[in-house]
Amino acid sequence: MLAFLRDEKIRGVIYQIVAIVLFMAFLFYIAQNTSCNIERRGIKTGFAFLDATAGFDITESPISFSPASTHLKVFEVGVLNTLIVSFWGIVFSSLLGLLIGVGRLSSNWLISRLSALYIEIFRNIPVLLQILFWYNVVLATLPSVRQSIDIFGVFHINNRGLFMPSPIFGSGAWIVLAFFAAAVAISFFVKRWAHRRQDETGEQFPIVLFSLFVLILFPIVGYFVAGQPVEFDYPSLQGFNFKGGRSWTPEFMALLFALSIYTATFIAEAIRSGIEAVPKGQKEAAKSLGLSPLQELRFVVLPQAVRIAIPSIINQYLNLIKNSSLAAAIGYPELVTIFAGTSLNQTGQALEILLITMLTYLLISLVVSAILNWFNAKMKIKER
Amino acid sequence: MVYPPKETKEPPILERGAIAWIRKNLLSSPFNIFFTIVGIAVLYMILPPFIHWAFLDANWSGASKSDCTGEGACWIFVREKLNMFIFGFYPQEQLYRPKIVMGALAALLILLGTLKKFNGLKIALIALFPIFAYTLLHGGYFDMPVVESSKWGGLLLTLVIASVGITLSFPLGIVLALGRQSRLPIIKSLSLFYIEFVRAVPLITVLFMASVVLPLFFPEGVDFDKLARALIGITLFEAAYVAENIRSGFQAIPKGQYEAADAMGLGYWHKMALVILPQAIRITIPNLVGTFISLFKDTSLVMIIGLFDLLAMVTVTANDRDWLGMDTEGYVFAAFLFWIFTFSMSRYSKYLEKRLDRSKGE
Repeated sequence: MLAFLRDEKIRGVIYQIVAIVLFMAFLFYIAQNTSCNIERRGIKTGFAFLDATAGFDITESPISFSPASTHLKVFEVGVLNTLIVSFWGIVFSSLLGLLIGVGRLSSNWLISRLSALYIEIFRNIPVLLQILFWYNVVLATLPSVRQSIDIFGVFHINNRGLFMPSPIFGSGAWIVLAFFAAAVAISFFVKRWAHRRQDETGEQFPIVLFSLFVLILFPIVGYFVAGQPVEFDYPSLQGFNFKGGRSWTPEFMALLFALSIYTATFIAEAIRSGIEAVPKGQKEAAKSLGLSPLQELRFVVLPQAVRIAIPSIINQYLNLIKNSSLAAAIGYPELVTIFAGTSLNQTGQALEILLITMLTYLLISLVVSAILNWFNAKMKIKER
Repeated sequence: MVYPPKETKEPPILERGAIAWIRKNLLSSPFNIFFTIVGIAVLYMILPPFIHWAFLDANWSGASKSDCTGEGACWIFVREKLNMFIFGFYPQEQLYRPKIVMGALAALLILLGTLKKFNGLKIALIALFPIFAYTLLHGGYFDMPVVESSKWGGLLLTLVIASVGITLSFPLGIVLALGRQSRLPIIKSLSLFYIEFVRAVPLITVLFMASVVLPLFFPEGVDFDKLARALIGITLFEAAYVAENIRSGFQAIPKGQYEAADAMGLGYWHKMALVILPQAIRITIPNLVGTFISLFKDTSLVMIIGLFDLLAMVTVTANDRDWLGMDTEGYVFAAFLFWIFTFSMSRYSKYLEKRLDRSKGE
């Protein structure tokens, strides 16, 4: 009678039915309780709050914001600030990670040891602690506005932040851009020509040097042809604060430094393990073919190392974006601080706000994984 | 005619010993010399000031802030507040209880490391320890006054969260990994969705969810304290990462193992429990330790939802009116404590990796 239970397929169906019933029951139970609790506590529901006036100000915002703006605007500012700090964090952590990763592999014993020391120290300390350290210890000791530290009279550092000049693009600025685009196009075509010629005749062309030269020279020429259209707005001390130029607040810098320094350790490790994963035989084969050390690196080691290192580096970028949410501890106004923090406290609609916040991060991470998948597909070894 | 062998000469002085090593590793080329100078400059800029601050100019003895000269670190602060750093707001006269628990935890870890066999005993110990620790820490029995979990803090709380998080997220992670590998589409997609969703969001949002929204999910009267909410959040979060680790272990197992188990006539549960899981977990232990290291570091996030872990205690004590301006000492000390734990865990995972490599060669 129960013999049909021994059939694997039927059992699978039964398991799944049980699973889905349990899951639905769980969801129903939660939904029931939640609606009950929300009613009892008098919490509003729905997404109408997004159009309500926020009523608080945000210390730094890339778009115009005032207390009269809506919570939707708060969300936009939060996302933009998250992306801004993540962008700079990715730039700095990549540079620092590359430096430390290469240093770790250096044949110089001292440099290699120092890099290892850096990695072991900063990787093993919680990033939140590092953020708080930068904010409460290092940046808190900066001098007041009047006693700013000047660097070349252009950068000013004080307890209000870092002030630096910002470029102002004049009417002819597009000419510089056009020259740059032309340079990119020229290097692209020269590269194709050089490849074809090498395939046919075996003669080589110093394509990297040539492109670098063109890419630097053309914009400079364009700059003067257009009559120097780019000017700089220098920050200057007016009254109690610096005016003009652009600035980074201490909150931003603390978050940026801590995230970059922390993430750089993981990027350095990824680069090291990528290069070390290239089999020794590959390097020996390159040498026996008569490739120079630079050619060996360029044509044999790097293409294989990159394939291994890049996926984990992109994962680290994703971690950096997620870790930027720790700004909540020091009050840099990114998504979690102002939207899942201040807006949540004002409206009390925790469920909706946290759901939106989580879905935003989910979207960001989906985009990053799409990039990663595209890269993996592109980098896949083409077997003939 | 006999040729007497020539006396063996030692290699030239430049080619042996410390000098040769220095020439080879520090001075082999102009570039290398340059880098060595850069390295020495970096060391010179960092080390002497740090040693002066932390040791030579530091103040070690005294009882209040006025005993600190202000030139170096004021370690008196750390000494005076040590109990706060380690135990939080746990009542002074009851401190023997967390001390026993921490001692027992250390003993348990050593025991688990040395016992090679007796898997049943190990699991029993791991399962019984939380009950023992909770009874002792919370009290209420045997004349021990109740100490609410809101009073637990400092390193004690960090260890409580980390060990509960590790022991609970591990089995949950296994279940999720099995679900993800399952051939049943609904179970597979449910697990997949959970794992990918949790891995895409920051821990802080999950903790907010656990501390603010979780109480709404349960009927009136069911109430978790703050610590329990944090534990639920961290466990649910880390389980997704554990699941992903174990899945990578699954993928490293040759198909033949599955087929062999099928050929032996083992059912699904037997196949998984006796053949696949033991190997998968073994392969992935170094990764698992890596996940547990980040879990340990992540415990510091609970300060954002208002628990007083080691990091939060630093902030609290540095705001003490008698000890203003002691942030640096506090943070350096906390960093040092965190570092000891995470660094030893990472060494342990390196050691395991080596041992696994060796056993593969046999």
